[in-house]
Parts: sequence; structure tokens; C-alpha cells
Amino acid sequence: MSKALQAININKHFRKPVDFHVLKDISLDIDQGEFVSIMGKSGCGKSTLLYILSTMDTDYEGELYLNDKLITGQTSDQLARIRNEKIGFVFQFHYLLAEFTVLENVMLPAKKLGRKSKEEIEHDAMTKLKLLGIDEQALKLSSRISGGQKQRVAIARSLINDPVIIMGDEPTGNLDSKNADNVFDIFKDLTRDNGLSLLVVTHDQDFADRTDRIITMGDGKILS
Amino acid sequence: MKLSVILSISRTHLLSRKKQTIIAALGVTFGIGAYIIMMSFMTGLNGLLDGLVLNRTPHIHLYDEIKLSEDQPLDLDETYTDHFKIVHSVKPTTSQRKIHNASALLAYLNEQSYVRGATAIVKAQAFYMAGTSRLTGSILGVDVMKEAELYNLNDYIVEGEVKDLATNDNGILIGIGVAKILSLQVGDIVQVSTALGDVFPLKIVGFYQSGLADIDKIQSYVNIKTAQRLMGQPIDYITDINVKLYDMELAPEISKDLKAKYDLTIVDIQTANAQFETGSYIRNLISYAVSITLLIVAGFGIYNILNMLIYEKMNDIAILKATGFSGKDVQRIFISQAIIIGFIGGVLGLIVGYFASLLISHQPFETAALPTVTKMPVNFSPSFYIIGIVFAMISTFFAGYFPSKKAQRIDPVEIIRGQ
Repeated sequence: MSKALQAININKHFRKPVDFHVLKDISLDIDQGEFVSIMGKSGCGKSTLLYILSTMDTDYEGELYLNDKLITGQTSDQLARIRNEKIGFVFQFHYLLAEFTVLENVMLPAKKLGRKSKEEIEHDAMTKLKLLGIDEQALKLSSRISGGQKQRVAIARSLINDPVIIMGDEPTGNLDSKNADNVFDIFKDLTRDNGLSLLVVTHDQDFADRTDRIITMGDGKILS
Repeated sequence: MKLSVILSISRTHLLSRKKQTIIAALGVTFGIGAYIIMMSFMTGLNGLLDGLVLNRTPHIHLYDEIKLSEDQPLDLDETYTDHFKIVHSVKPTTSQRKIHNASALLAYLNEQSYVRGATAIVKAQAFYMAGTSRLTGSILGVDVMKEAELYNLNDYIVEGEVKDLATNDNGILIGIGVAKILSLQVGDIVQVSTALGDVFPLKIVGFYQSGLADIDKIQSYVNIKTAQRLMGQPIDYITDINVKLYDMELAPEISKDLKAKYDLTIVDIQTANAQFETGSYIRNLISYAVSITLLIVAGFGIYNILNMLIYEKMNDIAILKATGFSGKDVQRIFISQAIIIGFIGGVLGLIVGYFASLLISHQPFETAALPTVTKMPVNFSPSFYIIGIVFAMISTFFAGYFPSKKAQRIDPVEIIRGQ
């Protein structure tokens, strides 16, 4: 099975206020269709790793491959394009554009990609929203829906360009257990049905236990 | 990246905070509106004031001044070349004060490509007589139609018409001051006595008001033939030649050339009216300085509002970047907002400026200097509107450029981590 994401010897330093070696020789790979969670104590560097893997943080040493293509060292415009096309994000805080409707939020990355017509994008967005069971909220402003709904909108948005991998930074972090279960089920379905890879940073042991593989981090290293 | 996506994001940003958008746009509107009003009114007024002098002043004035001869007969006698000579009480000759061979000179000037028109003038000293009163006067014999064409004589006629004078060899366009003193009406006959003692009855065809009371008490216009007749001179008797050029700026150079060729006193307009140039230059400078200040203030307003907007929109910027919008896209989103504000504000400013100018141009404005002007002078030159909108766009572009540069550099990781 081909690798969705591969990291080789990732090292990262925080240079301010003093030099601090956050990530030490991290190597990992994620297969296509695999659901992986990263666990570890606060401050062990798991979020930092996620930002590097997501291409948003470029200040690191080591090599990063997405779909077997080297992406380390690309320009920020190229990386933006890669994020747009191949990586979906779900954050702990829902991070929707408050002044836009739910539908517009979901459509935006596809509009940026500009590969489909507006009608097709709208149709796709509605399909994704339906998949997550929030299609009735499509025309509401995204600031007017509940937390659990926002989280699902963020997932729908991360899916809109049919990415290779979805990354989540505590995507269930501030959801109640019912909603957290809901999100987990959605993720599980996506990996099983769509062959999507998922990489999720979490503190929630129950959530992690149900994933395909748990990567445990401590003190900037992968422990297991 | 399609522009329409960027514009739709900008539009949502602008529409979701209407109040701020309107205030920012109004800043530009007031700046541009004030610029249009100031420039229209100031240049209108400038034009009027300059016109008072410049329109009726020839660009080059040629005449034969009464002056002492440089060469005394004694100097020409070779016998006394080595002698030290003193000649007491030198007086000018009694020869006619006229331009010799004037018609040839006039024809030559009119042929030149830079000359809009050269006109012959006969200046005559005279007395106006009505009953037993005698008033000193100065009568100008002119080619009336050309005078109207080149020097806007029409604008200074308060009663009667230029045509009436042009068609009447015994007509006189009399200064309104003279008319008042002698209580004359249009259609009356005024007796004019020349320096030689002859008396001519002339019919008043109209009143002339220059705005300078001293001139209006003395000066009158007649046809050039009439003036020659008053002076008892033939038709080649011409005392002055006035030249109007296409380009006023060339006057000093051309007058220098003419001085080299002709033994005449030649004065160019720059020398004669130096202070007017300076006056209008300073007035223009002040209006530009004030308008540009207004626009810069408006620009700072936009700069502030966009800066605030970007701080408020940190999260949005992080999301956009995380979902694949590049720094340039984000920059374009904010610059386009500034430009939209600039454009809407600018166009509104042009409209406000136009209507305010229109309003000003309908205000009554009575001045003795220009009897035909009754409303405020306003210059509706399209160039102000073009400069205004261009300046609005440029200043808002820069007002948006610096904040948007900041937005471009925002690191999404920092924002997301910070939560």
C-alpha cells in the first residue's frame, strides 16, 4: 500500500527566547486509508509536529513526503497549493469564517482551487454537508450554529477538495462525548469508505484507542 | 486564482461591517469632494483674476516712445571726434509719434506661425466736451472686431454692442466713468476735441467698463479710421501694435528677436505683469497643498481602518492560509478592499464635488471689474476629476498596501497555536 505521508528525521528548534530542541529525529509514515492518532503530554511537541506535517511550518530540518513526493523546500505559494489540494484541516477551535454562510465556508477551498465550476462546487459542498448531516444549516451564517455543528462544517470543508490526508488538532477537544463520538464515526467512515488517511492529535484516550494506530510522543521523540 | 473569489471575500468583509466601510469611504469622499470644489473654485477665480489683466493685455506691445536721441548731430561730425563734448538741454524731436512702415510690420507679424493676431492701434489724446465741461481723455482707435476676438472687448461692454461700433465710423464706445460725469446716454452725441483743437461730434454706441475706475474716466474706443481722422493723419498712421501669441510663454523670446530687428520700444507681458504670474502660481500651489493634505488624511483613515480590520481578522487570515490561500491571495483580499473603498469613495467624491461646484457656480457674484460676470466663477475642467479619481485610487492603494503586507506575512501557526 502506498504511503500518504512520510516524515524522515524531522528536527525542530524553537530559537526564542532560548534555543530549545522541540522535535528530535522524528520519522513516521502513514499509509493510505490509515487512521492514526498521536498522543502525548502537553508540551511534548505533538502539535508542533502536526504543523510541520501540515506544511504550514517550514522552519525544520528533515524531509517530508506527501504521496511519495518531496515537499520540503518548496516555496510558500507551492505549499499553499498543496495544502489547498491535498490536505484537509480540522482544528480544536472550529475556525470557520464567521461572516460567511456554512455553504460558503465549505466552498471556499474549492473556489480557491478553481478546478470546477461554481455550480459543481456548490453541489459537492452540499453532498459533503449531507454526508455530515448538517445540510439544513447550509445557508445560515457560520457564527449562528452550535459548536458540534461547526466542527462538522469544518470537517466538510476539509473534505471539499478530496484531499489525500486529513489532519486534526484535537478535533474533538471541546465537544461533549456525544458529539465527539459523532465526529469519530464520521472519520472512521471516511477512512473505510473513501480510502482517506487521517492523522489526529488528541488527548482523549478513548478516541485514540479506537483508531488504527497510536503514536505516543514524549519529550520531542516518538516513544511507540 | 480567480479574481472573483477574492472579490467575493472582500465584498463579504466590507458588507459585514457596513459602518466602518461607509466611514472609510466617506473619508475619501470628503477628501476628493473638497479637492474638486477647491480646485474648481480656485482655478475659476484664478482664471477670472488673471483674465482681468491677461486677457486684455497684449502679449507683446510695440510702440514708438518719445525719447531723446542717443546721437546728437555733434557726434556725427568727424571734426570733433576727439573732442570732449557737452550738449545742454537736449529735447526730443517733434516728429510724429508713430510706427514707421507699420503696415509692413503688421503684415509680417500676422504671417508668423506663433502669432494669433497682431492689431494696429491709434492712441489719441483728446477732450470730451459736453456743454462747457471739458474732460481729458484718451481715445483708442482699434480694429473693433479683432479687438473683440483677441482681447474679449465684449466682456467689458455694459451697454451697446461691438457691432454697433464696428459699423459706425462716427461711433464711440465711451468709458462709463466719462459717461457718468457728463451724464451721457447711449445714442447721445459727444463732442470730442483733439489736441490740435479740432472738434468732432461722435455718437455714443455703448458704454465700456474695465473695472479700473481711473481708466473708465478717461478711455474710450473708436474705429481706427476715426482715430486717424481725429488726429488728422493718413491711414498708415499707427502708434502701437499689439500682438497676441498662441503661447504666452514665448513672449520674452519673441520680443527679444523683434527688438533686434526694429528700432521700437517692445514690451512683453511677462515684463509688464510679472506679479500676476507669481500670484496665480502661489494660489495654485496653496490649493494643491490643501487638497493633497485632505487626501492624505483620508488615506490615513483608510490605513487605520484596514489595520484594525486585519487585527480583527487574524483568525480568518489563519484559516484562509491553512486551507490553501497563499500570502499573495490574502494580500489581494485586503488591497482589493482598500481599492473598492477608494473607488466608491472617490466616485462619490467626484459627484459631491461636481454638485457642490455647480451650486457655487450659481451663487451671485457681482464685481465692478467684470461687468458681464454675475455668478461665481467655477472651472469645470475634467482634468480635476481625472486627477481626483486617480489620486483617490493611488492613495487608497497605498493605505491598503501596508496593512495587507502585514496580513500577507501573518504566520497561521502562531494564530492557531495561540488559541
